[in-house]
Amino acid sequence: MDAVTIFIQAMNGIQYGLLLFLVASGLTLIFGIMGVINIAHGSFYMIGAYLAWSFMGWIGNFWLGLFVGVVVAFVLGLVLEFLFIRFLYDKDHLQQVLVTYGLILIFSELRSVIWGDDVHSVAIPALLDGSIQLTENLAYPVYRIWLSSVCIVIAILMFLGIQHTRLGMMIRAGESDREMTKALGINIGLVYRFIFALGVSLAAFSGMISAPISSVFPGMGGQVLIVSFVVVVIGGLGSIKGAMVAALLVGLIDTFGKVTTLHIFGVNIFPEMAGMSIFALMALILMFRPQGIFGREH
Amino acid sequence: MSNALMTVKDLHSHYGMSHVLRGVSLEINSGETIALMGRNGMGKTTLIKCLLGLVPATSGDIIFREQDAKLLSTHLLAKAGIAYVPEGRGIFKNLSVKENLFLAARSGFEGRMDWTYDRVLDSFPRLKERLTHGGQQLSGGEQQMLSIGRALLTNPDLLILDEATEGLAPLIAQDIWNIIDVIKASGISTLIVDKNFKSLSKISNRCVVMVKGEIVFNDISSQLIARPEALKNWLGV
Ligand SMILES: Nc1ncnc2c1ncn2[C@@H]1O[C@H](COP(=O)(O)OP(=O)(O)OP(=O)(O)O)[C@@H](O)[C@H]1O
Ligand SMILES: [Mg+2]
Repeated sequence: MDAVTIFIQAMNGIQYGLLLFLVASGLTLIFGIMGVINIAHGSFYMIGAYLAWSFMGWIGNFWLGLFVGVVVAFVLGLVLEFLFIRFLYDKDHLQQVLVTYGLILIFSELRSVIWGDDVHSVAIPALLDGSIQLTENLAYPVYRIWLSSVCIVIAILMFLGIQHTRLGMMIRAGESDREMTKALGINIGLVYRFIFALGVSLAAFSGMISAPISSVFPGMGGQVLIVSFVVVVIGGLGSIKGAMVAALLVGLIDTFGKVTTLHIFGVNIFPEMAGMSIFALMALILMFRPQGIFGREH
Repeated sequence: MSNALMTVKDLHSHYGMSHVLRGVSLEINSGETIALMGRNGMGKTTLIKCLLGLVPATSGDIIFREQDAKLLSTHLLAKAGIAYVPEGRGIFKNLSVKENLFLAARSGFEGRMDWTYDRVLDSFPRLKERLTHGGQQLSGGEQQMLSIGRALLTNPDLLILDEATEGLAPLIAQDIWNIIDVIKASGISTLIVDKNFKSLSKISNRCVVMVKGEIVFNDISSQLIARPEALKNWLGV
């Protein structure tokens, strides 16, 4: 690999990692704060991508679609929390997994009814449909740069929000001592509902912005869910900082794994191994730090 | 109409199959300081948690300021004017001292603002030096001061302290008793649990003794001190 290829792959890896962060941060927040394992999280990513595809067809405007999609996802999050998730806070993990698995089935069926089972693609919005020339015959797409920047801005807002706003204080307080938070007059149920809806919006938003660079297909939710869980476990359950570090690690390893070649007996074994590499990373990290990189010991 | 701030009538509570509160009745009047006593495991903490809606009551009534407290969730009871300093202090470890206080600060019933951030810091000068410290960096005494200061910042009408001086060195414990004196003088009703019979009975207007989930004594402290054999049976002092 020459320097330009390495640079481009590094950019792609970081971009993929940042996108993973958006999905995984919702997952880890919901687990860290509310103690709920939500395996339906990937469905929201899938719903986001399909929403983006529909909105492009109906409105023809990516940006308006993005806005409406986030609002729809937020409302969906509020409703789901009210109908199902709030009953899971004091239940054990098996019950949480069963209920949220039920949600996966419902969403998958609904997707099939509303959108069908076909694979679609979404066009890159005209405004960002260009590329930056790196060398004479290599260019990097503006859309991917925009996508990474958006993810970074959201990540910064999240860190600032948690550290410096009143809502952030409530979230941290609830994480430390739920009963005491209530006893200070804070409606923790409302805080939880908001966080859940925020997590859903983040996942849907990720699905929407990733639609133009990957295809929109039925199984995309499950795929992203598994990788996001790897990120959450590597980073440490409940840790936003950990999710960021782990997401970048996974993004880079996965991306480089796919372009690395390693010939054994004349057969290139690497692309096949790439899918496994992130799980190998997870196993390795768990061996030395069972609680994940930034996880707290229990 | 009496001037009862809180009235508890025939309150029962269970943890699963175990019947922990067995018909507790109690009145807390405005401005009163009540000592809640009893040996380990007699149900003091459970009673307190029931009053705060943290543990469900199986039957009986809790009336707070003429409202049915059993219908209100914990955060609404807190807003109605009950503040809580729990066993183990309940400090938010991942928040700084300042944040612990900020999170609690608000005006009380009918906009009362007797306790402000500045007044709390003046009352607990040790906290002032540690504003940016995390909750877990504090000593036990500092944690208790923070927990009490935080409770006061909600400008409550009823302050409930569970194990007010547990695990504190005598000098620090004395600081806490002094603060409780100030709180008492400011007209806030208090319900205090503590193992130190002498200090607790001295500071309170009334002693309430629990044995196995029931109240066996409810009168002024001199009546209790006059019955040494009962003291020994009920409290082991
Ligand atoms: N979460 C719980 N689940 C089951 N039983 C409990 C629980 N909490 C307390 N108990 C039991 O209820 C009874 C009353 O406990 P409680 O904590 O109210 O007593 P206490 O008077 O506050 O005691 P201490 O002085 O030790 O704090 C005890 O027998 C205790 O074992
Ligand atoms: Mg107790």
